[in-house]
Amino acid sequence: MAPESVSEVVSVLGEHGDRAKLLAGATDLLVQLREGLREADVVVDIKKIDEVTSYKYCEEDGLSLGAAVTCCEVYEHPLLSRLYGALADSTQIIGGWQIQSRASVGGNLCNASPAADAVPSLIALNATAVIAGPNGEHTLAVQDFCTGPGKNALESGELLVSIQVPAQCDNCGSAYERFIPRNEMDIAVVGVGSWVKLAEDGTIADARIALGAVAATPLFAEEASASLIGKQPSEELFAAAGELAKQIATPLSDKRGTKEFRTHLVGVLVKRTLTVAVERAQNK
Amino acid sequence: MTTTQYRVIGSRPVRHDGADKVTGKAIYTADMKLPGMLSGFVLRSPHAHAKILSIDTSEAEAMPGVHAVVTGADFPNVEDKIADLGEGSVNLAYLSTNCMAQKKVLYRGHAVAAVAATDVHIAEEAAAKIKVEYEVLDSVTWVLDAMQDDAPLLHENLLTDSLGKKAETPSNIPVHMHFEKGDVAAGFAEADVIIEREFKTATVHQGYIEPHAVVADYNEDGRLRIWTATQGSFTCRQQTAEVLQIPLGNVLVTPCEIGGGFGGKITVYLEPTAALLSKKSGRPVRITMTRADVFEASGPTPGSYMRIKLGAKNDGTIVAGEAWLAYDAGAYPGGMIGPGCMCVFSCYDIEHAVVDGYDVCLNKPKTSAYRAPGATQVAFAVEQLVDELAEKLDMCALEIREKNAVKEGARRVDGPVYPPIGLEQCLDALKQSEHWNTPLEGPHRGRGIAAGFWFGCGLKSSAACTVNSDGTINLLEGSTDIGGSRTSIAMQLAEVLGLEAEDINPQVGDTDTAGYTDVTGGSRVTFATGMAAYEAGRDLQQQMKTLAAELWDCSAEEITVNEDGSFSGNGNQLGFKELASQLFAAGEHLVGRATVSPECPTNGFGAHIADVEVDPETGKVTILRYTTIQDAGKAIHPSYVEGQLQGGTVQGIGWALNEEYFFNDDDTMANADFLDYRVPTMLDVPMIETIIVETGNPDHPYGVRGVGETPIVPPPAALANAIYNATNTRMTELPMSPPKLWKAMQSDPSAD
Repeated sequence: MAPESVSEVVSVLGEHGDRAKLLAGATDLLVQLREGLREADVVVDIKKIDEVTSYKYCEEDGLSLGAAVTCCEVYEHPLLSRLYGALADSTQIIGGWQIQSRASVGGNLCNASPAADAVPSLIALNATAVIAGPNGEHTLAVQDFCTGPGKNALESGELLVSIQVPAQCDNCGSAYERFIPRNEMDIAVVGVGSWVKLAEDGTIADARIALGAVAATPLFAEEASASLIGKQPSEELFAAAGELAKQIATPLSDKRGTKEFRTHLVGVLVKRTLTVAVERAQNK
Repeated sequence: MTTTQYRVIGSRPVRHDGADKVTGKAIYTADMKLPGMLSGFVLRSPHAHAKILSIDTSEAEAMPGVHAVVTGADFPNVEDKIADLGEGSVNLAYLSTNCMAQKKVLYRGHAVAAVAATDVHIAEEAAAKIKVEYEVLDSVTWVLDAMQDDAPLLHENLLTDSLGKKAETPSNIPVHMHFEKGDVAAGFAEADVIIEREFKTATVHQGYIEPHAVVADYNEDGRLRIWTATQGSFTCRQQTAEVLQIPLGNVLVTPCEIGGGFGGKITVYLEPTAALLSKKSGRPVRITMTRADVFEASGPTPGSYMRIKLGAKNDGTIVAGEAWLAYDAGAYPGGMIGPGCMCVFSCYDIEHAVVDGYDVCLNKPKTSAYRAPGATQVAFAVEQLVDELAEKLDMCALEIREKNAVKEGARRVDGPVYPPIGLEQCLDALKQSEHWNTPLEGPHRGRGIAAGFWFGCGLKSSAACTVNSDGTINLLEGSTDIGGSRTSIAMQLAEVLGLEAEDINPQVGDTDTAGYTDVTGGSRVTFATGMAAYEAGRDLQQQMKTLAAELWDCSAEEITVNEDGSFSGNGNQLGFKELASQLFAAGEHLVGRATVSPECPTNGFGAHIADVEVDPETGKVTILRYTTIQDAGKAIHPSYVEGQLQGGTVQGIGWALNEEYFFNDDDTMANADFLDYRVPTMLDVPMIETIIVETGNPDHPYGVRGVGETPIVPPPAALANAIYNATNTRMTELPMSPPKLWKAMQSDPSAD
């Protein structure tokens, strides 16, 4: 079914509970249904709902990104891709262009893969999830949205309506990078999103670093982020932040990489993404 | 070098099957639909090693929509008979229990039962209702572990055959091979530099795009018809008949178009099962594998452990070699250790050499051929040692290879003496190449080279050509076409008859219509089936000479077949088509035919150059430039030769950098999908440059050598040498994936 309002979706979810699954781009859902990883009696297409499929940006409130807005719409938008560099980086590497034309940023968040490419960027950009449910709307920081592999904070009957990303000033910059063994068709071995805001004197006024694929959920690297504030950007500073970020990483050894290698990559990618984020902030 | 000028050979006509394939009209096995056809589903073992205590199929059989269920109990008991499969042979008892387990499962994915139902979902649901009681046994997946006395035993009665002598106690080692030439101790005593190293390679898969698929229709009269994706319809017929213990002549195998094989589509997996389901249900049955099935239950290539020692004199002469090789056979005996032993020193003229090889059973799917089976592993080892010797002796990597390269008259460690071969010419082409003469600059970059060899076999092929009234030809041959062979065979017939490639309509026949033809494997088709087509053309010309003599009122001896294929005699001259038309009008139907069985290997040598850049922080390798050089003898269709060189190289690159079977703690495969089993994508390889060397093979009318397999042999070694030159780190384990290379760079104190 394809309801035309958020309240209709909420009532469908209320009726069918966990047997109803929401469909945006379907790039995760269909595969999971086919492989028997999820089951559904009802699949609810949310793409008929305006506020879910549209986005708006204003200088005061920043970006309001409907949950079903596709990856392509984000990175193909000149202003958005300039302002939200990390999100543009992420959305350009989720699948190929066919997938990017369907897959949504909101879906990437709800799927709650520890290795999701968009989530570290959203955390670095300090994004907030807008959630609707039987008791109305409420918000939740994206960094608290994922609760485990494939699990999110949505309660029964709730859906993600949009993602709010704060406005970006001219001296802000962000970047996302993942490590994969090939150059395509891989899932992040480690992914890191970084955001910085520079002060007039070129020092770092604020910063946020987020890590993917090194724990059960994407992580906000609080200590590493704080370590940058008030300092002049430098390779040594970024390397030191990388070392701090490594301390919160608890990766597994598996077919995609060893624990040791993944921990090491956190340091490498923190350094690389901070370098790009600062460059972007300086060149805006 | 050959200097003969040809009209058709060496040109690049559009392939005969091209339009069908690019428009999607080509019929693959999974496209087959027969009236009343059922879908089959195979229930597979979740365990790497277990005893089957019981199987209860009653609930599955009772499900609506289910028409038949089979288990090992439905398969006839076959004796330990050896069946020749062309490129390798197989023990029928092993072949049968590999198709369907009897008392034990030996690897995760081993078939234990199968269901045929009105659709595949019902079949899958029914299979889930089959109750199999297992007693899980200890399992083993590393070759050295499997060789230990206390290793879990896969086959209770397996006694090692060591040079014809049987061991007294069972083990996981079916065969120990030994080859020797010269006096190895004396050879090493002569050497000024000796290097010995251990190497390991992971299990890898051919990764063909089309999963295995079959349709079987068992008729009431005992006739079994099979449509399948196979590299050899005749070997498929033989294996199926033997496993089912039915007369060979009752089986008809129709090869459908095939989406890649690379050696992995020679053994039967699904055919006997589909046949039994069809027999039980009285309906045609189609089974297709999923990708996970393909990884877990078809025939990957061996993982290996190798310890190899080389000794050289100060002048660079390699005087002694010693190799100790242990290769996975997989769950059943008969892996690729034989060719591994024969190929290990195949590129170098080493006076004193010894090779010991062990075929080792363990809890992985039974290994199968994969493009130069067994050769890539040993090349990875030996070609690195040759580079190390060169470095120690302060020689160039090319110079030491030029100095020691095998040439005509050299004897390989397993006995054969080489006829004229082309390794020297390949190395010379490498030396002259633009790539080799362009310096590689920049940090973390390195260039590596490596040589490679594959035998290329002859075996049996047949061809028949029917002449149409307009002088065009219908060519019927039995080589299933996995690399454009229809066209390269047709071109050889066109050349001999003075026709164009487009005048020939080549068709791959089924086992009822084509003459007996061995597998499409061993790089043999363009060589041997091409030779059969050539001979069939000659046969046609002989017949036409006799008939032209009647037409022109002279004796057959007076008729000449000219170089352009025209016939002349007694003052007359006609082109092939004109004569054929006249003869047809005169009531003569012409069919030329030939069978050939060349025994000589075609000896394909190659040499590769790889330029890489290594990310020092992540161990990720970027291939900057790659050139593949190979002696094709004579390239019939250069585009297809180039395609073979590029395709083989890319598969070798995948094997080198990322591909591996990754096992969970319980020895089940963790990455049975194309997401985490990483074959290279188009973004991971540069355009592979190719240089075709043509030395001419004296054993073929046009000088053809097999080319399909050799190009997979050098890439892991060439890349390892390049990585060493970029990072100063010697990689002795495949794959050289980022975590492994990064780790090695950390622990190697000499690294940059």
